[in-house]
Order: sequence, then C-alpha cells, then structure tokens
Amino acid sequence: MLCDQCKERDAMVHLTQIVDAEVTQLHLCEKCAAAKGIETTVAMPKHPLGDFLHAVQQQAPAAAGDQARCAYCQTSLRDFRASGRLGCAQCYTAFEGALRELLRRVHGATKHRGREYEASVSAAVIEGGTELDSLRDRLEQAVAAEEFEMAAKLRDQIRALE
Amino acid sequence: MTLDLSLLPDGGIPWITASGPHADIVLSSRVRLARNVAGFAFSPRANDGERLRVLQQVREAASHSALLSNAVLLRVDEMTANERRLLHERHLVSKELAELEATTARSGSAVLVGDEAALMVNEEDHLRLQVFRSGFDIGGAWERASRLERELGERLPLAYHRDFGFLTSCPTNVGTGLRASVLVHLPGLVLTQEVGKVLTGLQQMGLTYRGLYGEGSEVVGNFFQISNQTTLGRTEDELCDHLARVVAHVISRESEARRVLSRDAGYIIEDKLWRAYGTLRYARSLGADEAMNLLSGVRLAVGMYLIGGISVYTLNKLLVFSQLAHLSLTEGRPLTEIEANLARARYVRGVLAVEAGEA
Ligand SMILES: [Zn+2]
Ligand SMILES: [Zn+2]
Repeated sequence: MLCDQCKERDAMVHLTQIVDAEVTQLHLCEKCAAAKGIETTVAMPKHPLGDFLHAVQQQAPAAAGDQARCAYCQTSLRDFRASGRLGCAQCYTAFEGALRELLRRVHGATKHRGREYEASVSAAVIEGGTELDSLRDRLEQAVAAEEFEMAAKLRDQIRALE
Repeated sequence: MTLDLSLLPDGGIPWITASGPHADIVLSSRVRLARNVAGFAFSPRANDGERLRVLQQVREAASHSALLSNAVLLRVDEMTANERRLLHERHLVSKELAELEATTARSGSAVLVGDEAALMVNEEDHLRLQVFRSGFDIGGAWERASRLERELGERLPLAYHRDFGFLTSCPTNVGTGLRASVLVHLPGLVLTQEVGKVLTGLQQMGLTYRGLYGEGSEVVGNFFQISNQTTLGRTEDELCDHLARVVAHVISRESEARRVLSRDAGYIIEDKLWRAYGTLRYARSLGADEAMNLLSGVRLAVGMYLIGGISVYTLNKLLVFSQLAHLSLTEGRPLTEIEANLARARYVRGVLAVEAGEA
C-alpha cells in the first residue's frame, strides 16, 4: 500500500482518526508521518536494565576499585559494570560503596523498608553446610582449571569455615 | 521426556477463566518475588553442582508448602526447545529461564507449578515466586505470594542484607524483590490516540510498561503489561497499592475511550470489529501478530457488547493456544511458519464455530 500523502513510498503507519463522527484511516510512510509529527510507533520505554546499565557505566571509572573482586564468587566490579549482574550475596558487601550510589540513582533510595527477614536457626545450620559444600565444589573446579591463585583463596575460606 | 500439560493444576493458567474483576480489560494480575538462597552464588554465576543443590533444597522446602501442595515439578533443563517455548507461552517461565534460542537450558533450571502459585528455580535468581490472578486483583496476588514466601523462608535461608533487603542478581530487583504487574487490553485508548499520554503518565508515576511477553517484547494486539519500576525504599503494600490505584485510573480511561468510540463512531467501529471477527471465523491462514490484532478487535467488540455469544474465557484461550508451540503440540510436530499460519487459522475457526453453535 502506498502512502496517502506522497504516493511514493510504502505506507508503514496506519492511523485511525475520528473527525466529526467519521472514522478515517490514514496510511502514511514513515517520512510523511514524521513530517506530520506523528509518533510512528508506540515508543517502548527504555528497558529498565538499559537505563540501569547506563547508570552503572556513568559511575566514575575508578581505576583501582574496578579490579576489586568479591572474595566469595570472584566477580569484579568491572564484571558487574559489564553485565549489570552481581555474582552472589557477598558482592553486596564487597561493593557496598559503589552500590549505594547506584541504588540511590536507580531506586531513589538505599534503605529497604519492606518485609524484614531473620533466618531461622535450622536455616542457619543448612547455610553453613551448603556454603562449605559449594566452596569445596569451586575448589575442585579451580584446581581442574589450573587456576591456582583462586584455588589458594578458596582453600583459605574453607579452612576458616571448618 | 514428553511434557504433559494436562498434569498441571489448571494447566498452569488459572487466570484464563476470566472470572476476576474487570476481566474484559484486565487479563491477569501478577505478583512476582525474587529471592536467593544464602550460601550459594546466584544462578548465572553458580556451577552445576550448586544449582542442583539449590533445586534440591527448594524442592524440599516446597514439599512442606500448603500453597504448593499439588505442585508439579518440571525440569526445564531436560526439555526440548518447543517444550520450553510452550511454558513461556503460558507465562510459566520467563524468556531468561526458557532460553528459547539455546538447545538446552542451563542445568538445574526448573519450574514448580501449583494451583495458585508457580516457582521458577535457577532463573537469574534462585527463586522467582509468581502468583497469577484472573482480572484486576493485585491484592489477591500479593496476599498469596506473601504467604508462599513465608512458607519457603521458614525452611530456606534467604540472602538478606540489613540495609538492602532481599538480595538479587540484578540490583534493579533488590529490596522487596517485588514486581507487581497487570496485563491490560487498551484498544479504546489506542484507537482514540490517547494511549501515548496515558503511558507517559505511567512513567512519570514510577511505573513502566511492556508488551504481552514482558521485557523486550513488542506491544501487539493492544496488550500492555504495566508494572512497578523500583523495588527498594517502599514497602510491598505501598508498591502494590500504588500500582493498583494507577491501573484503576487506566481502566476508567479505557472505559471512557470506549464510550467515546461508540458515541462518535458507532457504526464504523462496529463494522471494523465485525470484519475482524469475520476474518478470524473464516480465514485459511493467520499470522501470529495478525491473529493477535484481530483477537484484540473481537475482545473490544465483546467488551462493548457489539458481538454476543463469545466468552472472554474463549478469547483468553485463543490468545494462548494459537501460539506457535501450542499449535506444534496439537499437530504433534514442529511447524514451519506457513504450516503454523494454516494450523492457527484452522484452530481459531474451530473454536469460534463451536462458540457460535455451528460445530
Ligand atoms: Zn509519504
Ligand atoms: Zn560475589
């Protein structure tokens, strides 16, 4: 279908207008639609994560700080800036300073006001067990991958927990 | 493994009944809570062993949950791509968990589907609790989600920080981990060209919108998913109440737009919508977006009492079951796009003929 206006390009925008009880259909190419000041599509809001990543990358590229790694999962601040994802719960403590600033931007707040949570005693016991298990898993993997530096760190953590 | 959806309580889509308030405008209300189990790296960073242990602990905790008592566990990591797509079309698994483009989903990914709640395991967060309700019922969804979270939290140690609240893989979800959303059909606002203003207003009030299938999906068929944007710094009740208040306003704007349409353009709209029905009733080939747009027209006609004898339940069913993976399941084999268009038209014709009492 050709554009109603210029009769040259293909009509991409189809408008239903109501003028004096008449419904008219207007078919326009994107160029003519833009010239008439018509939004060509219902603009999707920017992905919240997109805005968020932008905010992450906006933060001053602190040279030294970027190398900092979470002791538990080895995610670095640089990894976080690239993916927008943290690796584990401990990352929140490891990168607390940078995160506070970021959360203020993204949420307009840095303090949780919702439901509070206290792990029950039995849960805490499970936690100890699993953390140790998963560290042992990681150690095994690190050794297999010949990542000896990481393996040494993991071994220290396991000793501390045992 | 062959996925037998008939095993799922209500097929995992209880909202499809259209029994809730304002079901002609609001398809479903959903509350989702993101949680992580303490002591493990978040799922994307965890290794296979950790994810499997998370799954095992979650199963154990879920087996004591009253809300998940009849739940069926589906191992997403053991499914074919079509089976994963099927669950995605039912909104039971997110795009991230379904990994639609990959041959297999990551190990340990699963979904537990109960009567009133579903639980995604090893998505970006270890746990994504979801409650869907038919129609406009954010309160009902929150009440159940909150109950389920307490049940699970008694047995699972959750990652929680004194200041930041519940910890999530992405800091956009941290704090309450709560995303409340309402799937609304706004053809009146689109036809009267008011929708842009309404959507801009939503964003100014701290809400956001997406298409029918969430993040990154296009707006088709005039379906919009409206949800809260931030999760930290407000209580769960405040987040839910705020969304509900704004959506109530959107519903009244949509109703008003429909009144304007029938007052100022009655017969033209009526003609347009009957044509949509005619196409669905008799077409031999229907594209996915085309079907969605035509169904939008018929849904509007039913809401405006221009076409009778079609239930909103049937329209909801058509919306879900006319999608690619569902058609492939019915046909018993993977379909090309052309085959899917033919199968879609055949399926829709059949359902509408039954509804019209002609089959
Ligand atoms: Zn033109
Ligand atoms: Zn970490």
